[in-house]
Formats: sequence, structure tokens, C-alpha cells
Amino acid sequence: MDLHFGDSKPTDEERAAVDALLGPPESSWEGADRSDADLRWARGGREARDRRDLLLPGLHAVNDRIGWISEGALDYLCRRLTVPPAEAYGVATFYAMFSVKPRPATVLHVCTDLACAAAGAPELCAGIETRLGLGSGVSVERSPCLGLCERAPAALAIKAGDPVRTAVSAPATVEEAVLAAGSPGSAPEEPPAALAVPQAGQDGLMLLHRVGVVDPSSLDDYRAHGGYTALRRAFELGPAGVIREVTDSGLVGRGGAAFPTGRKWQATASQPDRPHYLVCNADESEPGTFKDRVLMEGDPYALIEAMTIAGYATGAHRGYLYLRGEYPRALHLLEHAIGQARARGLLGDDVLGQGYAFDIEIRRGAGAYICGEETALFNSIEGYRGEPRSKPPFPVEKGLFGKPTVENNVETLVNVLPILTMGAPAYAAIGTGRSTGPKLFCVSGSVMRPGVYEVPFGATLGDVLTLAGVREGLRAVLLGGAAGGFVRADELDVPLTFEGTREAGTTLGSGVVMAFDDSVPLPRLLLRIAEFFRDESCGQCVPCRVGTVRQEEALHRIVERTGADAAGDIALLREVGRAMRDASICGLGQTAWNAVESAIDRLGAYE
Amino acid sequence: MTVTPLGIPRRMLEFTLDGEEARVPEGSTILDACRAAGKDVPTLCEGDTLRPKNACRVCVVEVEGARTLVPACSRKAEPGMEVRTDTERARHSRKVVLELLASSVDLSTTPKVAGWLKEYEAKPDRFGPDAARLNEEPKVDNDLYVRDYDKCILCYKCVDACGDQWQNSFAISVAGRGFDARIAVEHDAPLTDSACVYCGNCIEVCPTGALSFKSEFDMRAAGTWDESAQTETTTVCAYCGVGCNLTLHVQDNEIVKVTSPHDNPVTHGNLCIKGRFGYQHVQNRD
Ligand code: SF4
Ligand code: SF4
Ligand code: SF4
Ligand code: FES
Ligand code: FES
Repeated sequence: MDLHFGDSKPTDEERAAVDALLGPPESSWEGADRSDADLRWARGGREARDRRDLLLPGLHAVNDRIGWISEGALDYLCRRLTVPPAEAYGVATFYAMFSVKPRPATVLHVCTDLACAAAGAPELCAGIETRLGLGSGVSVERSPCLGLCERAPAALAIKAGDPVRTAVSAPATVEEAVLAAGSPGSAPEEPPAALAVPQAGQDGLMLLHRVGVVDPSSLDDYRAHGGYTALRRAFELGPAGVIREVTDSGLVGRGGAAFPTGRKWQATASQPDRPHYLVCNADESEPGTFKDRVLMEGDPYALIEAMTIAGYATGAHRGYLYLRGEYPRALHLLEHAIGQARARGLLGDDVLGQGYAFDIEIRRGAGAYICGEETALFNSIEGYRGEPRSKPPFPVEKGLFGKPTVENNVETLVNVLPILTMGAPAYAAIGTGRSTGPKLFCVSGSVMRPGVYEVPFGATLGDVLTLAGVREGLRAVLLGGAAGGFVRADELDVPLTFEGTREAGTTLGSGVVMAFDDSVPLPRLLLRIAEFFRDESCGQCVPCRVGTVRQEEALHRIVERTGADAAGDIALLREVGRAMRDASICGLGQTAWNAVESAIDRLGAYE
Repeated sequence: MTVTPLGIPRRMLEFTLDGEEARVPEGSTILDACRAAGKDVPTLCEGDTLRPKNACRVCVVEVEGARTLVPACSRKAEPGMEVRTDTERARHSRKVVLELLASSVDLSTTPKVAGWLKEYEAKPDRFGPDAARLNEEPKVDNDLYVRDYDKCILCYKCVDACGDQWQNSFAISVAGRGFDARIAVEHDAPLTDSACVYCGNCIEVCPTGALSFKSEFDMRAAGTWDESAQTETTTVCAYCGVGCNLTLHVQDNEIVKVTSPHDNPVTHGNLCIKGRFGYQHVQNRD
């Protein structure tokens, strides 16, 4: 590889941002000034290339400090990491949170997604844009779901600098959002995570029992509330014993695919190829989903303990926590928690004195829903575009860095703690035959008490909505998020289990329950869903890249039409949707048409 | 003389292809098997000298037990697999994919596609006159070749050929995402500011004519490009001792472009700037 770099130079600040991450360059081969030694001695090469995975953190470093990524900064980063500039440019332009064009230091992301749209996001956006006209030093960007749906409408301000400052305004008013953008450093504090858990403090909770009860920044408090008993039990059982417990518990992945977790762990553990990796998928970007954020913000040590157990069981010594770029508070709490755990010997070379080495590294996403797809997530960590890989080979065999990898989302991992403390049989007794244990639901929209709810599998949709206090005039419920499906207001007896929803011809997906009353214009909602997928398609395969565009166009055409006038376009939607479901590479394209189809078939939209 | 490399003998595996027993060497793809059986499965992003990217999805077939259709070009045949290449379901997806492509980019210089559009009864017009198109202007920024991304189907072949699969120049990559994704050099600069070494290996693999010799581009613009009047002669490059094979495309006694045989075990269709573009001295008759 003979890399060619342009002659754009980084500014001192850009250079400092990169060097703060990578350390100062050691030779002119890496971007330092030329010294005599450089003429005789070339270094960097392979060694630097092994650091390709620092590309995404490097882009973050520049974007955080400057607010955008200039040619000089990108070229300098490429030199430091021996990454071809064309590839790095392809990566930088893949993510929504980065800009390769100059923009103001402050970006205000205003959510225009489903829950926020229903709560008045369009008016909020218009108001903010009027107040923050040109020259205000703030760039207002319409954003997909920010994972704050329980407090819709939401806005997130990010002000570049050293350090970068962020502020959340939710529920946002024009005044508050403008204030947050103006000086994120002095904006009022966000309410604690526990406010997103209406059940907080109640007896009988298994996953949420510490949220609102413990201080999320105190390791001692965590231990005083039962923390690290599950890890001790894991060490008693040994790796095979842990996998047996998880298998016997009947735990299946909570991210939507519902794959048996024990089987996945076993398959990874038994791979002869080394090293093994553990990846925690905390890239929660499904519109309407915020449970992982609440768990991480309310009980961050639980995730760290659960990751340690998963790593131990599957023979991994390194865990990557891939966190949504839009979750600054979770980032700070987790960084702090990992540091504390390391200092106290709960992470590191010798976890709990048991001779097992394990550490966790946080990687931030940068605004790409597709990176929640497991193989796209691997590409993203490795410093490539977040495009899904085709399977087979499966991650248990060739995952992150081409090595056996087990990948679980936050909720799935956190379930492992009660499994180990109460034992598999007791856990398996909760829920129904095929869906065991407790389940989290993110309830938002037209309800009195939006938030995360924990119920045992088997509760019905109506039960969950009753907990959250459904408002008058319920028209429809979106289950499973944008990739899920709508059900009617008279279908509230659907049991919220994997088999129950399947039987009812819908899906549990990631646990979204978004209620809409009859004041919400359905066609606009469907258009927003279509726009979301068009925006988030990685662009790799034709059915999804072009299909999502054609579907959005058709929905635009029929926004005000019904019956025979809409029939032609509905037929078109169906034909394109069918090919997308059948021929797309990954789940995004395969499910992009689900919600709209269900609205047409079950709700009679456009009739 | 063409040398056929002899690999290690491979075991044969058996599976069913459209209801008939098929025997292929281990490691073959479903597409290999289809071709061996004389079945016509359309392909666009598959390249004989490249690892399959399986991005275009025109080659999808039905595999018993699989939830979705699978790309024949990259899925390996497995013993006992039941594959159907011509079901209504597979044909539907191919038809829609062809319509989606033809409605968004210019396929007028893509070989075979007109026939497939007819065969699958694809109607690219049905998305209406306002259907979004790429609408890219040709990038003419050097004397050797033109990038006309209005014809680009984003098959990634040029990126792979320029990158780690052949040339190792990494001059181009996919930038942006979704419908806005485009092949670009860094900072979307002109090619002349990039790492391009003008080997033309990307042109060699481009299935649509989005990348073409400047000579071809100019002749097409002037209406003088006439493939039927061209002859092809394969010879050995005279510049150095490697012995790369060149195929000279000659029209009216002028070399109009140079390709290289893909089955050549030395070059696999790849050349360097001299072999690919350095032909003017041959026709310098003054
Ligand atoms: S289905 Fe969509 S998101 Fe998935 S690989 Fe294809 S283009 Fe990318
Ligand atoms: S001509 Fe060669 S170096 Fe230039 S872009 Fe094409 S493959 Fe890459
Ligand atoms: S330019 Fe040609 S080879 Fe490159 S992606 Fe487009 S169609 Fe494929
Ligand atoms: S935060 Fe706006 S829809 Fe989720
Ligand atoms: S040729 Fe198989 S997917 Fe493109």
C-alpha cells in the first residue's frame, strides 16, 4: 500500500485533538516534522495499520473539538493511522453526526421522529428555527429518534470545544431548547433516569430494581444493593456452568431476533480460533426505544458486571461497548463506572482475584441506525463504513476483527444477573413456555405515564397500557418500533410474548409500545417512517437503497388520497415492499416496509 | 498460450437445482452451479476477478428453508441444499430490482440489461416521471478516463479493484450513504488530486460503462462509437518484461481502448497505466 496524502494541513487545534487521542506522532512518516532519523528509518506501517479501529474515535475527537472535520484534519488522522484518505472520507460521510463541511460549533438536534412528531415537534422546530436564524452560531438539525421519547418532544445540543459540552432539553420548549444551545454548560440538569421508570422503587422488579434506588456513580452503593453477587456465582460455576444456567433459563435475545442466548454463548465459547470478543450492542436507535439508555444511566454497574460474566463464559478477555453517539449522559456514567471497576480490581488483569483478565472499551457510534445491525457494528468498530456484512459466516465464527464474537444488547445482558442470582429454574418459571423472564417495554405517545415498564412475559398489551395510563381516543399502537407493526385499539388482548405476537401477525421487536390517539394524522406518521428508512439505509443493496426512496415517493403521492385514488400506489408499495423483504441484505431493508404495510392492512389507512 | 492452473483436486458435493441433481466441486457458488448447468441467472455486481460483493441482488434464488432469497453469486452450494432459480418469488425480486435500477440510473451502456428488462417484464417507468434519479454530470477531469456516475449502480467493483483486491491504490471509495451514496475520491476532489495511478483496472471491471476511456466517451458523444465495426486483437504489452496481455480494440484502424483478458493467470485483466493507456505511440504515424 502506497498511500497518497494531499497537502492540506491541519490547524494546531485539529492536530491537538488527534494527538490527545493517539499521542504525539513519532516520526515524519506519521505526520510529525521531518527529522534526520526519518531519512534512515521508516516506522509506522503495519503497526499503525493495526490501529485502523481508532479511525472512528479519531473522527469523534476532531468533530468534538472543532464541530466538523476539515480536509487537513482528515488527512492528518489518515497519516497517523495509515488509512487511505478516500476510505476515511467514505467513513466520515457515512455518519449523520459528522460533517465534512464547515458548520457552527453548536449543533442542536431536534427530534422529529414518531413520539416527538405526535407531541408537536414540527411546531417546535419551526419556532426554534425562527429564533435561531442565520448567524446565531447554531446549526439546527432535524434528527431521528433521540431515545428520549418518554419526554417528547426532545432536543440535544452539542457544542464543540475542549471539552465538548452537551445539553438535553426534553420535553423541549422553544425557549429551553434555545437556551440549551446557547450555553450547554449551564443548562439545567436532566432529570434522573428514575423519572423514566414510573415503577421505580416498587417490589418485585428484577431488571429495574436498582434504578432510582442506587447512586449510579457509586460502586459501593451498587455492591450494597446486591451488585457483583452474580459475578461471584459465575466464578463458582465456571464458564461451562454459566452457559448451562443461561441455556436452562430459556433467555432469548431482547433485540428483536429472539435467538437463544445460551446457544449463542456456547457456539462462541467452543470456537478454537482466538481471541474471542464480546460486544455489547448499546446502539439503541430504534425509534421509540429508550430502555437501554435508562438502564445504563440508572444502573451502569449492572451492565459492566453482566458484560464481565458474558466475557468469562465465552472466553473473551476484551469487551466492546458500542454506545449510541446521542447518549452523552450514559457515556459519562459508564466511563466513570468502568474506571471505578478497574481501580477496584473488578476489571483488569485479575478480576476479583480469580485469575481472569477482562476489560471493557467504550466505542461511540456517530448517528447511524444501521450500526445496530451486528455485523455493521463490527465494521463500524473496525473503522470501516457501517455496512452490514453478508452472512454466513456468522459472528460466532467470524465476527469482530474476523474472530469469534458474541454480541448481545444491553437488556439481554442485564438479564443474566437475575439468572445467576436466582438460578435458572426460578428464572425460567417466570413468563410463558417459550418466552421466559421479565421484559422491558418502552411506552410512549398518548399515555399519561410514559416510560420504561418491566412486566413478566405474558402480560397483554392492554396490561402494559393500563400501567402507563392510556389516554382517551386511542386509535392505534405501534409495536416494536419503526421496524415493527401497528395494531388496532381493539386488539389490546395480544399477549406480549414472542409467540403471542407472532400468532397475532405482528412482532415484539425491541419492546416498543407507542400509542397514538385519533388526533395524530396517520398518513404523516407513515411518511415519517418511510423517510426514516430512506435516511438510514446504508445504500449497499439495491432493493433497500432505491426501494425505500420509491416507497417514500408513493406515500407522498397518496398522503391526502384514499380508496381507488390510492389503489395504484398501494399496489406499487406492496410490490416494492415484497422485493425489499425478500432480497435485501440485512434486516433494515427486510423490515422497512412492515409498519406501513400493517397500517394499510390492519388500520385501513387510505381506505 | 493460455496456462490453466491446476488446483488441488476438490471433493464433489451434491444438491438439487430446480429439482435436478447437481454435482459441483466443494467451494462452488450456486451461480457456478447454475452456469455449469446452462441456466441463465442475471448478474451485475458479480465479477469474475473479484470477491462477490452481492450488493445488486439481481441474481437472487430461492433456497429451501431460508427466510429470504439468497444471492446465487456469493452463497456457496451446500450438500443437500434445494435451490430453485426460476420461481415466481425470485423472478419478482429480480424484476423489481431491475426496475429500481433502471428508474434511477442510466443503463443504456450496460450489456445484457435490455434483454433482462424484457424477459422479466420490468417497467421502470411505473414509478412516475418524478421518480428520483441520480442526475450526475460526467466527471471529465483528466485525459485518460471519464467517470459518469449517472450510470453507476454502486456495485463496488471499482472500489474493490482499486483497493485491497488488486491495485492497492485505494484512490476511490463509497462516500455518503443510502440513495446519496456515491463513488468518490477523498473530499470529493478531482481524480487528478487523488491517489489514482491511472491503471484503469476500475474501468476494466465496471459493468455499466460508468467508467470509460476518454476516447470511448468522446466518440460516443460524437456519435462515432461503433462496436460492431471494431476488431479485438490480443497481444503482449511491449513496455516491460512482465508480459501482460493486451486486447486492442480497433475501429477504423485506430486503437480506441485497451482491455486485458481476465483469464490470464499473470494479470487477471489488470494492467498498469502504460499498458492500458500508452498506445498513442503505436498510431503516431508522422
Ligand atoms: S438492506 Fe439496506 S441497510 Fe441493509 S445492507 Fe441493504 S442497503 Fe444496507
Ligand atoms: S485507475 Fe487504477 S488507481 Fe485509478 S481509480 Fe481506477 S483502479 Fe484506482
Ligand atoms: S463506477 Fe462502475 S464499477 Fe464502480 S460502482 Fe459504479 S458501476 Fe460499479
Ligand atoms: S426522542 Fe423523539 S421520537 Fe424518540
Ligand atoms: S450479482 Fe449477485 S448480488 Fe449482484
